[in-house]
Amino acid sequence: MSAFRALIGRDLKLAFRAGGEALTLVLFFVMVAVIVPFAIGPDRPQLTRLAPGIVWIAAFLSMLLGLDRLFRNDDEDGSLTLLRHADLPLEAVVAAKVIAHWLVTALPLLLATPVLALLLSMSWAQWGQTVLALTIGTPALVSFGALGAAVTVGLRRGGLIAPVLILPLSIPIMIFGVGMMDPLAGGGATLFLIALSLVVTAFSPFAAALALRVAGE
Amino acid sequence: MTLASGHLGSLGMAAMNQPTPVSEAFQPHLSVSGLTVRRGERLLFAELTFTLEPGGVLLLRGPNGVGKSTLLLTLAGIVHAEAGTLAGLERTELHLLNYQSGLKGRLTVSENLKFWQAMNGANGLAVEAALDAVGIGGLGGLEAGYLSSGQLRRLSLARLLVSERPVWLLDEPSAALDAEGETLLGRLLDAHRRRGGIAVVATHHDLLLGDKAGVETLILGGAA
Repeated sequence: MSAFRALIGRDLKLAFRAGGEALTLVLFFVMVAVIVPFAIGPDRPQLTRLAPGIVWIAAFLSMLLGLDRLFRNDDEDGSLTLLRHADLPLEAVVAAKVIAHWLVTALPLLLATPVLALLLSMSWAQWGQTVLALTIGTPALVSFGALGAAVTVGLRRGGLIAPVLILPLSIPIMIFGVGMMDPLAGGGATLFLIALSLVVTAFSPFAAALALRVAGE
Repeated sequence: MTLASGHLGSLGMAAMNQPTPVSEAFQPHLSVSGLTVRRGERLLFAELTFTLEPGGVLLLRGPNGVGKSTLLLTLAGIVHAEAGTLAGLERTELHLLNYQSGLKGRLTVSENLKFWQAMNGANGLAVEAALDAVGIGGLGGLEAGYLSSGQLRRLSLARLLVSERPVWLLDEPSAALDAEGETLLGRLLDAHRRRGGIAVVATHHDLLLGDKAGVETLILGGAA
C-alpha cells in the first residue's frame, strides 16, 4: 500500500513542480465558459438553461487536453518499463496514476466551477448539481482517458489520437451528466452516471495495463 | 553472515555508519532454454540456451543492433519470446538498468531514490547509505535535472542497492561512468555476487570484476 501512495505522491509532486500545466487546464475550462456568452448573446434565462451543457463541454475538452501526459512522460524516461518490475502489479500502478491524474486535472476544475456558475448565471442549486455531476462523472472520463492514453503511448505524436479514440466512449457520460442536471429528469440519470462511473473506473486499470504491456514490446 | 559482512565491507564505510537491513544471501537459478526472439520480420536469435548459478555473471557481447538489449528486455519480461522457456526470472526478483533512467529531473536525488525504494521494496540499503555507496553522497537535496549523465548513472545504480533483488539485468552499465565509476561498478557487482546474486550484463567494456570465476561470455551474432 505504501508503494501505491508513493506513486500518487510522486505524480502530485511532479504536477505541483511543473505547475503551469494543471493551471492551463483550469484556465481553458474557464475560458470556454467566458466565450460562450459572447457567442450566444447575453440572454440570461437562455444562458441559465444552457449552463449544464456548457459546463460539461468545457470540462470534457479540458480533460481531453490533459490526457496525453498521463503515461507519456513516464514512457519517455523509462519509468513505465521499470514500474513493470515494481512490487505492485501494473494494474495497481495504472490505478494509482489514474487517481493522481484525477486529483491534478479534475479536482481543480471542480474548484473552478463557482467562477463558471457566476459567468453563466447559474443558481446555487444548479451549481450544487453541477459539482455533484462532475464529481460523479469525471472519474469515468479519466478512466476512459487512461485507456486511450495507454493505447496511444507508443505513438510518438499520439497527442490528439487518444481524445479522438475515447470520444465516442465518453458520450454516455456526457448524456447522463447533463441529464442529471436537468430539473425535470428523475433520478434515473444520476443512477446511470454512478453505475457507468463505477464500472469504467473498476475495469479501466486492467484494460489500460494490458494496453501498456502490448505497447512495451 | 559472513556473506553479509563481506557485502558491507565492500560498499565502504558509508554503509557501516548506520544499521542497514541485510537480507539473507539469495539463491537464484536462472535458466533459459530454446529462447527464440523475433522483432518484426527479423529473427534476432534462435534456440538460445544458458543457465546461471548463484554468483554467476553472463556477459553479452556482439556488434550494435545484434539484439543484446532485446535479450535483456526479454529476460525482463517486457518483450515476449516466440519460443523457449525462462525460469528464475520473477518480475519482482529482478532489476533492469538500461539507457532510460526512470529518474525525474524535477525531483531531488533522494526523492527519486526514495520513490524507487517504495516501489521495489525497502529491503536494501537506506537511501543515504546507497547514495554514499555510489559516490554522490552530498547531492541528496539537489534536483536530479542538474546531475551530469555520469552522476545520473550512479543514481540509477543506487536504485539497485536500496531494494535487494537477486537478478540484475544491466545494459551498458558503464556508459557515461568515469574510470573511478567503472571500478565502483565492478565493486558493486562483486558484492552482489558474493551474496549469491546473478547478473546479465550487455557491455562493450571490460568489467572490472575482482573474481573472474563464474563469468561467462555469450557472443551474439554470427559466432553464437
